[in-house]
Amino acid sequence: MNKNKIIELKAISKEFNGEQVLSEISLDIHDNEFVTLLGPSGCGKTTTLRIIAGFETPDSGDVFFGGVRINDLPPYKRELNTVFQKYALFPHLNVFENVAFGLRLKKLPEREITERVKEALAMVNLSGFERRNSEKLSGGQQQRVAIARALINRPKVLLLDEPLGALDLKLRKDMQNELKNIQHMTGITFIFVTHDQEEALSMSDTVVVMANGKIQQIGSPTDIYNEPVNAFVADFIGESNILDGIMLADYKARFAGNTFKCLDKGFEKNEPVDIVVRPEDVDVVPVEKGMLKGRVTSVTFKGVYYEIIVDIDGFKWMIQSTDYVAPEEEIGLYIEPDAIHVMKKSEFSDMFGDYSSFSDELEHLSDIEEVENTEDEL
Amino acid sequence: MNCNVKEIPPEKRVNKLKKPSLASIAAYPHIVWSVMFIIAPLLFVCYYAFTDSEGHFTFSNIQALSTHTNTFLLSISFSLIATAICLFIGYPLAFAISKAPKKRQPLLLMLLMLPMWMNLLIRTYSLMAILDDGGMINTFLKNIGIGELNIIGTSGAVIFGMVYDFLPYMVLPIYSVMSKQDEKLIEAAYDLGCHRMQAHLKVTLPLSVPGIVSGITMVFVPSISTFYISQKLGGGTIFLLGDTIEMQFQNKSTYNVGAAISLVMMILILISIAVMNKFSDNDEEGGIII
Repeated sequence: MNKNKIIELKAISKEFNGEQVLSEISLDIHDNEFVTLLGPSGCGKTTTLRIIAGFETPDSGDVFFGGVRINDLPPYKRELNTVFQKYALFPHLNVFENVAFGLRLKKLPEREITERVKEALAMVNLSGFERRNSEKLSGGQQQRVAIARALINRPKVLLLDEPLGALDLKLRKDMQNELKNIQHMTGITFIFVTHDQEEALSMSDTVVVMANGKIQQIGSPTDIYNEPVNAFVADFIGESNILDGIMLADYKARFAGNTFKCLDKGFEKNEPVDIVVRPEDVDVVPVEKGMLKGRVTSVTFKGVYYEIIVDIDGFKWMIQSTDYVAPEEEIGLYIEPDAIHVMKKSEFSDMFGDYSSFSDELEHLSDIEEVENTEDEL
Repeated sequence: MNCNVKEIPPEKRVNKLKKPSLASIAAYPHIVWSVMFIIAPLLFVCYYAFTDSEGHFTFSNIQALSTHTNTFLLSISFSLIATAICLFIGYPLAFAISKAPKKRQPLLLMLLMLPMWMNLLIRTYSLMAILDDGGMINTFLKNIGIGELNIIGTSGAVIFGMVYDFLPYMVLPIYSVMSKQDEKLIEAAYDLGCHRMQAHLKVTLPLSVPGIVSGITMVFVPSISTFYISQKLGGGTIFLLGDTIEMQFQNKSTYNVGAAISLVMMILILISIAVMNKFSDNDEEGGIII
């Protein structure tokens, strides 16, 4: 990317009560970029955001803003604004005064304040809400006020801390589009924190996947999805079958008791690797034509496709197919070379990627837990 | 505000009349208590204020109040000064406690309330022993060669006594409002360009108003009606409203004037509470409003 770096994090570490929250994080953020920090709760994404905002100071490492080190610069002197998770609107002020808050501090003339508040409220589709009590608005409306309150200061960078977490699905989707539009319109750099991988993929220019206080991967949404660097990223972004394998030679991998052609190279001969196969990249074929064969253990209709769990020698694969197969049926699987992605072994190997204990219900439950946990996250 | 109040269907309304709910039965003892010991005495005060010793209706008691104008003014100004000092000390203290580490806050609150576990009269007595001419402070001053000071019997001593006795009533409501404030609001203020003091003045302070209002009320009301503080620390030279009322009631012939003073004082208190409540939003939570 040839754009200017606006924020640079260099080897940032942070500890809370002896617990390492961030270890040696380094990250460059460019002008006009939509960057998403993505990861499960407790991965350090919110702490990273708070360090950029100035609410936390790193134990070691440096933060640069436009090339200037800002480690010790208090939040009010930083040219950035934050949209907080629970909006943090001032309950004693109405919508107008909430939005005007930053401009009043700058002692701008009343007429300019009125004009800019009007403009900012129009941008978030809240024209005419000036005199409303900020506490009596719906969640989505409060969210918009919070965005207007931050944007009116014309910051160089806008930080958004799980801003859509409390909204229902429909509203979430609308706000995603709206945020994206606002970012295009204003040209402000957005740094967005979320644990929702779909949100991250659909909104961002760059996704930063974090786990255990470390950055796992930085890349465009397609890179992250197609070329995950390790089992954690592969599992966290979308669905994946992750198998133990051996790289026999360049373009030749062995896994699931079979040898496959693939497009990966540069591994040592016979190096143990993790193999990722996305469920939508597997073709269901008659048993005799399959490279692998197994018994269907469950089939779930998902609307566009069927989600099929297949037992192949004890490893349960997830396959998404538009063709129906019956449970208990023996089927064959065909995998194209470009459907296979080979990754180096990592600390996350063998932790993810088998669907033997998979159930929709559990998946759903763990999602809810995640949302609740983020509140406690520092 | 009223949007959650549902219309009660007629059949339920009838039911309500026939069968009082458990909650309203639970309130009966207090209702009886209130009628006997609060409402009835209030009515007696009104009755005595407008009758003479023979029981005939008269305005002479109210007219007699003009001789006590100075006492009224003195009491009001003493209470205002004591309330102002309490606010001046209490607000920063409440803020400091609310910002202390969560684990330490109960201890700090306990230290603040510790004196309240002791009877007010006893506390005032011991204050007298400290401030007295031969008391602890003067003994100390004499020993270090400064010489004795006349503390007891001055206005300062009385106001000091009021502040000493009623300070916790200022701190507690302010603390209770402040400790409930969302830390994120302060961060939002910093984020939007406030430095510490601005954030306090623009966010913490306005959100603490309900606590401040009840603090002021809770200090002002007992200050204006106190009699033992001025008796013990005023050295018999300072007469406040409470003292005057007590004195009038001790004499059968001035019983009715005492009632009239009480009545006017109560009206004054009610007016000041009404004025104070104007400053705080009614549906604002927190803050104990009497």
